[in-house]
Amino acid sequence: MKAAAAGYIRANDLPHAISLLEQSRGEARILAGGQSLIASLNLRLAGETALIDINGVAELSGIELVGEQLRIGALTRHRELASSDLVARHVPAIAQAAPLIAHAAIRNRGTIGGSLAYADPAAELPACMLALDAQIVVRGPAGERRVRAGDFFVDLFTTDLAEDEMIVAVEVPVAVAGERQATMELARRSGDYALAGIVLVDRPSGVRAAFFGVGPTPILATGAMAAIDRGASPDEAAALLEGDLQPLDDVHAPAAVRLHLARVLLRRALAATRS
Amino acid sequence: MSDTAQSFPTRVDISLTVNGEPVDARVDVSRHLVDFLRLDLGLTGAHAGCEHGVCGACTLQVDGEIVRGCLMLAAQLDGAEVWTVEGLTETGALADLQAAFVERNALQCGFCTPGMLFAAADILAQGGQPSRVAIREHISGNYCRCTGYEAVVDAIETVAGARARGEEVSA
Amino acid sequence: MTINFGNPDRPNSYIGRTVPRPNARRLVEGRGRYVDDIVLPRMLHVAFVRSPHAHARILSVDTQEAAAVRGVRRIFTGTELAEHCTPWVAVLAHLKGLKSAPQHALAVDRVTWTGEAVVAVVADSRAAAEDGAALVEVEYDPLPVVTDIRTALDAATPLIHPDLGDNLTFRRLHEQGEVDTVFAEAHTVVEASFKTGRHTGVCLEPRSILADYNPAEGQMTVHHSTQAPHMMQSIIARHLDLPEGKVRVICGDVGGSYGIKVHVYPDEMATAAIAKAMGRPVKFIADRIESFTTDIHARDHEIDARIAIDGEGKILAIDVDDWTGIGPYSVYPRTSAIEGNQVVNLCGGPYDFAAYRARTTVVLQNKTPTCQYRAVGHPIAAAITEGLVDFAAEALGMDPVEIRRRNLIKDDAYPYTSPANMRFEGLSHHASLAKLLELMDYDGLRAEQAALREKGIYRGIGIASFIELTNPSPFMYGIGGARISAQDGCTVRMDPDGSVVAMSGVTEQGQGTEAMLAQVVAEAVGVPVGRVKVITGDTQTTPYGGGTWASRGAGIGGEAALQAGLALKESILTVAASMLQASAEGLDIVDGAVADKATGEARMPLEELGRIVYFRGDTLPKGLPRELVQTRHFITSDYPFAFTNGVQASYLEVDTETGFVKLLKHWCVEDCGRVINPQLVDEQIRGGIVQGIGGALYEECHYDEDGQLLNANMADYLVPMAAEMPDMVIGHVETPTKESVLGAKGAGEAGTAGAPAAVMNAINDALRPLGGRVTEMPFTPARILAALGTV
Repeated sequence: MKAAAAGYIRANDLPHAISLLEQSRGEARILAGGQSLIASLNLRLAGETALIDINGVAELSGIELVGEQLRIGALTRHRELASSDLVARHVPAIAQAAPLIAHAAIRNRGTIGGSLAYADPAAELPACMLALDAQIVVRGPAGERRVRAGDFFVDLFTTDLAEDEMIVAVEVPVAVAGERQATMELARRSGDYALAGIVLVDRPSGVRAAFFGVGPTPILATGAMAAIDRGASPDEAAALLEGDLQPLDDVHAPAAVRLHLARVLLRRALAATRS
Repeated sequence: MSDTAQSFPTRVDISLTVNGEPVDARVDVSRHLVDFLRLDLGLTGAHAGCEHGVCGACTLQVDGEIVRGCLMLAAQLDGAEVWTVEGLTETGALADLQAAFVERNALQCGFCTPGMLFAAADILAQGGQPSRVAIREHISGNYCRCTGYEAVVDAIETVAGARARGEEVSA
Repeated sequence: MTINFGNPDRPNSYIGRTVPRPNARRLVEGRGRYVDDIVLPRMLHVAFVRSPHAHARILSVDTQEAAAVRGVRRIFTGTELAEHCTPWVAVLAHLKGLKSAPQHALAVDRVTWTGEAVVAVVADSRAAAEDGAALVEVEYDPLPVVTDIRTALDAATPLIHPDLGDNLTFRRLHEQGEVDTVFAEAHTVVEASFKTGRHTGVCLEPRSILADYNPAEGQMTVHHSTQAPHMMQSIIARHLDLPEGKVRVICGDVGGSYGIKVHVYPDEMATAAIAKAMGRPVKFIADRIESFTTDIHARDHEIDARIAIDGEGKILAIDVDDWTGIGPYSVYPRTSAIEGNQVVNLCGGPYDFAAYRARTTVVLQNKTPTCQYRAVGHPIAAAITEGLVDFAAEALGMDPVEIRRRNLIKDDAYPYTSPANMRFEGLSHHASLAKLLELMDYDGLRAEQAALREKGIYRGIGIASFIELTNPSPFMYGIGGARISAQDGCTVRMDPDGSVVAMSGVTEQGQGTEAMLAQVVAEAVGVPVGRVKVITGDTQTTPYGGGTWASRGAGIGGEAALQAGLALKESILTVAASMLQASAEGLDIVDGAVADKATGEARMPLEELGRIVYFRGDTLPKGLPRELVQTRHFITSDYPFAFTNGVQASYLEVDTETGFVKLLKHWCVEDCGRVINPQLVDEQIRGGIVQGIGGALYEECHYDEDGQLLNANMADYLVPMAAEMPDMVIGHVETPTKESVLGAKGAGEAGTAGAPAAVMNAINDALRPLGGRVTEMPFTPARILAALGTV
């Protein structure tokens, strides 16, 4: 099918993008990497939306270490996440996640901001943000605000973003001494959305396990996390995932299978971070 | 549609280079890159296989990187440098790969082939001798329904080896 | 004339050699010419409004708003289009009792599957046509939906076509021997139920047609991505009320077909009818989403089967009850009963046994129509047969190879007629199995498997023998009344420069038909292969033929080309003998020159002969035949089909925790008779295997109970990709058919026929120590975990 876009403007800079968003009163969307948005436009699933192209907004790109946080610009491509030394050193969970996203040609265009704003519950990066307890830096006409990942992903393909707001960056706490991270997933084919996935952040102060593909949003497995922190065995912790996750039946796997796979992943991720 | 959204233009002017040649065009903002190349420029080497970014038949090069042609809009191409299979055939950049594909019969119907060549060239550009696993992984975003992939992997492996040894593969 | 195939050093020995495809370089340079690449003056595009309901009455159609869209030129409802295109009923006389309902190019008063075309919107561009289609208002009254196969015939199930009286479109029972008695008295009886997933072809180039009607000449020219140009010529003529001679079908590059593009599709017929009605070229390129709901599906089967064996593992009887759902219509003109019929014909095919019963029940459903897709019925029959054989071996504690050795038809037993009444001219099951075991180092793999099991790694080895039906005679379609040619022809011509042009009725879909034809003609005439230009896919210029299906291109088209080439050689030598004052019998053509047969000494280049014949014919004796164009046709007549055989093996590892399968390696030894081009044959086998693996592991059209296709996109309908596919080792045994000089049988479907059974048996081999078993394809993690009792 052929896309039906209602209009297109290239934003010159961030204020321009925000003002276009504000003017459009919800009838325009930010075009970042476009790897989901243009597909849905082509399928005529996105409605007749206008597009604000932010690809020329240089201030949205780049990865830098700011104190104890890694600041990743919204326009940072998946390919850059996969090849960044800073990411590999300070947030290895993201470095492990990036190559799992689709395929090379997609990773060259897809952006972290786009992935988070799209909020596909089976996507890797939203779960990374959740496990890493990252802050999503959001800007609108009223200025900038920071939203914790745990508050950002509201529902299926739904975030805390207002219609006149956009993501400008994420701020991710860097790994502390002794911290181990693991991102793992079980996908039918390389690059597919996973049947289940886990981002495990194993800190001396406590473990955070975020799952993807097993609910309407990425989900923090708080029950299992608490059990692990109490010294429960991986099997015991895995058993608690039934209360933590909300997998759904779909054409790729029944909910029970997704839950089972999440349990396997928790055991495997723990084995990896504690080996 | 509100009045404000109507202020978003539905056609935009772009200036870019395609296969090294300057192109100026006014494009409908809904037109994706593959249709722009095929319908406006007559470059039919890139194929539209799914138009939702999965099959890889439209894979080509924008600003030095491989992309899905169906997941970029022509409107986004102002200032871009686009290379298609036609252009890289003329420059000879794909000559050894193309020769290896023909020699190994790494194509049957040929519909996936231009996109597959771009994916192949992309891993070869990383240099060295990639493993078969790495080659398979790198082309795993490109559907081929005919070959079963093995011949494609063989052809890429052969070219990687020849390049690593500094050999010329005759076109 | 004959060719000494046993001598690889014979002159012009192209047959049996890997020769590069003449069209490959064009394709790697992006110079292919697929239908969507063709642009004609004043060309219009059509997009279709499709039914969102699986079954509904059409109450009203409002096109007013759509007609106002800029660029929309005309809109056709089903009623309007019915004035330009007559409906069809897809039955074949030899399939007794087969019935179907009249089908229109656009639904007229009722829709019967989700995706059925209802309204056609014609516009200046595809985008404008889609804009218009989005605004067409169709009011529907939903009707009860039939989706389940096994209850389709129940009295409580609504009728899809009340005029037919029931939802049964075809049923065939074949029985040979005292089946019930044998089962009652057998040492061991093993039963199993199988399911094959409804799947589809996913040609990377979607279905494409560009119909161009010129009213001034009354001429319809159709550029079509098809496997059967002459069949389409006949059908377009008939249903659009045109003389057959006024319809020309041109088939350029085809971006994959695999059986998908050998059928008549309502939207394509609509496109041609619209072109005629409007007197302008009209293009229809299916988009990917409509491809999933309108390309034919296949292999939607549920089977209960059992096998009786004696204490030594000898097969005594096989009993198969096959049920299949084909959607709401039998697909025109080949019908949708063939697949079930093939299951009946092919089950037990590799084995020597006496008592056989098979029944197929073909029912209607409100789903996308199914029809012939690569290896029609074979993967199903192979899965049933090879699954049963493995389960029987398990029951006796016998090695899967040993039970096959004891039961495969002996290599010296031919000709042989199977209990399904299939006649085999010459097969090589035992030689093929022996070669397979050697290639794969069977004993070594078994040792490795056992060692790894000690470490909790579950690997499996699966073997699957199979037969493949190729080179069909008119017994396949012609005797049933379909105008589908089983014969094929080739015209070969020498031009003044000594080059040769060959025009053939078989078509190129990427499998290498044109390379095969070029090398056959080059050898037959005696010219370098590069001097042969092959033309296919044009009903106006090529001899009348069937096209490409049922693995007939090499065996039938190749033999016609060989005979035409030999005839041309004879004509050339007649002229040469006169010019050289020699006897034609003493001359040969070697490497593009007339040569002395005894010494091989070149006497005259063909371009000199061409110069004389075409420009200085005055110097030749009056009355000397100088016909440098020859046409020959070929049709099989001794056997209805040329059966081939082969055997495959799969080696894989099951992650018993996740249910994921990792394919490690795959082997196939097959016997397609004379191998004309080893590389092309091997790649047909490899590509076929991977399509078979698709059915085994990934591919499934998921429908809900309302008849909605839930995964009609490429992200959710999974096909095999490079990362998960194994390397494949291919070997050959050659038993040429004696029906032709060339001796070639088909090879295009062998890979697909056997791969699913091999993978299934390998998974079950891996699971055996844990007590699990899978028989429902595709073998997803969910199904494997269920078999293991995990979830």
